[in-house]
Amino acid sequence: MTLLVRVAAITAADHFIDITCAHIDSCLWHGQAGLDFARRLAREGARVRVPTTLNVSSLDLLHPGLFRGDARTANSAKQLMDTYVGMGCRPTWTCAPYQLPRRPALGEHIAWAESNAIVFANSVLGARTDRYGDFIDICAALTGRVPYSGLHDPANRRGEMVFRTESLDPRLLAEDTLYPVLGHFIGRECGSAVPVITGLPPATGEDRLKALGAAAASSGAVAMFHAVGVTPEAPDLAAALQSGDAVVVRVDGAVLRSARDELSTAVEGPLIAISLGTPHLSFAEFQHLSALVEGVRFPDHIDVWASTGRDVLRSAREAGLLAPIEAAGVRIVTDTCTYITPILRKTDGIVMTDSAKWAWYAPGNLGVDVVFGSMAECIRSAAAGRIVRDDTLWR
Amino acid sequence: MALIRGTPLVAGTAEGTALVLGQPLSFWGGLDPGTGRIIDARHPQHGETVTGRVLVMPAGRGSSSSTTVIAEAIRLGTAPAAILLARADVIIVVGVLAAADLYGRVVPVVKLPAADLDSIPAGARMDVRLDASIDVTAPA
Repeated sequence: MTLLVRVAAITAADHFIDITCAHIDSCLWHGQAGLDFARRLAREGARVRVPTTLNVSSLDLLHPGLFRGDARTANSAKQLMDTYVGMGCRPTWTCAPYQLPRRPALGEHIAWAESNAIVFANSVLGARTDRYGDFIDICAALTGRVPYSGLHDPANRRGEMVFRTESLDPRLLAEDTLYPVLGHFIGRECGSAVPVITGLPPATGEDRLKALGAAAASSGAVAMFHAVGVTPEAPDLAAALQSGDAVVVRVDGAVLRSARDELSTAVEGPLIAISLGTPHLSFAEFQHLSALVEGVRFPDHIDVWASTGRDVLRSAREAGLLAPIEAAGVRIVTDTCTYITPILRKTDGIVMTDSAKWAWYAPGNLGVDVVFGSMAECIRSAAAGRIVRDDTLWR
Repeated sequence: MALIRGTPLVAGTAEGTALVLGQPLSFWGGLDPGTGRIIDARHPQHGETVTGRVLVMPAGRGSSSSTTVIAEAIRLGTAPAAILLARADVIIVVGVLAAADLYGRVVPVVKLPAADLDSIPAGARMDVRLDASIDVTAPA
């Protein structure tokens, strides 16, 4: 509570409010400090007061053999996970808590950590969470209270920059791969401001919005966006701007081309792996992947990784989506992700991904080179054993 | 020598040379707490070491995990001597407060007006005082 009061002072909140749920990022291992903090709380008998989900950790408990780090780190990471479960958190181990059955509703106050979950909750669900990080997340879960500030306050949910996509090629707007690139560009341009996007198709699906938000929260500190006619607090531009003014940026093919280029650190070289599922693959993405890999068999020297949450994996398995995916040789990762923990067999080459977030962080975390492409391009490349991308869309 | 005044987000004293970042940095994915080096390959200060420096940056960026990373850097003694920001960043401040509580090591965090932050020359000698006023001595 002391930490929460300090945060309230910094954010100039004048009162606290109740939250209905929390999502904890602190369960991911980054060193002893995280465990020291969790144990300090646990020793005092801490228990969460609201339903609380857990983010990815460093270990895949369903496929423990995948972890290639040292045993001491694995042991510490497991202790950290156990400490949070011991405080009453649900062992969901996913960065996409919005894919779980019970989702926060429009206007509900929640305390979520994990930048992609935050931006999804605020933007797509219309729930209200500030940009919470480690440690403060569990403090909120333990007390059920947060300072009334930041994005809990409707005034701070006002759009501040408008990104106009009307002049984009409709073929590009119809492609999944546009959305992470657009998000990457927007994050670069607007930092921590609330962007408003106009011109997206009204039926833009959740997975596209997930990819857009995750990218904008990686290249920038975006915690909320509006897509006019798509997201719940933006029925029209005036509503998104709360009738205020905003800087307008016209998004054209040229800026997106350079944003796409920025997501790759190499253009050619030996392809060693594919990484899909950052943020965690949804059921619908499993359907897409299942269709893409039909009849495909990847060469032995290329590993194709797909990260997901254990709950989504169960649903995908029950629906029969996994058989073709596993037959093709895709390796499923749950509970964690391939760029935050040592899982890749090799790092001396190019990894291809459909995730702007993975492309942004993996070169620093793992030391790999990365090429960004659509999920279909990733699968085609893996099957061919070399990078295959269609540049015509981006000309 | 110039004196600039900020708002203390975490009060404390520190001395060191200024490491001025050209872009916001996410500590997670951007800082290796084991070495104190900036590992974000796309960051203009990639390869620089933050340890013992007064880190001058407009804002934090990205990941929620930056809280644990800065706490771990403080535990390991690889953290900056102080952090100066133009925007209050709870993700950074909480990590610094938790580390102060757990390990008794205080890294001052000061919010400065953007114009004052921008006026700090790279390599300047910095003296951060308890009241969040800062003596800035430009490098010779």
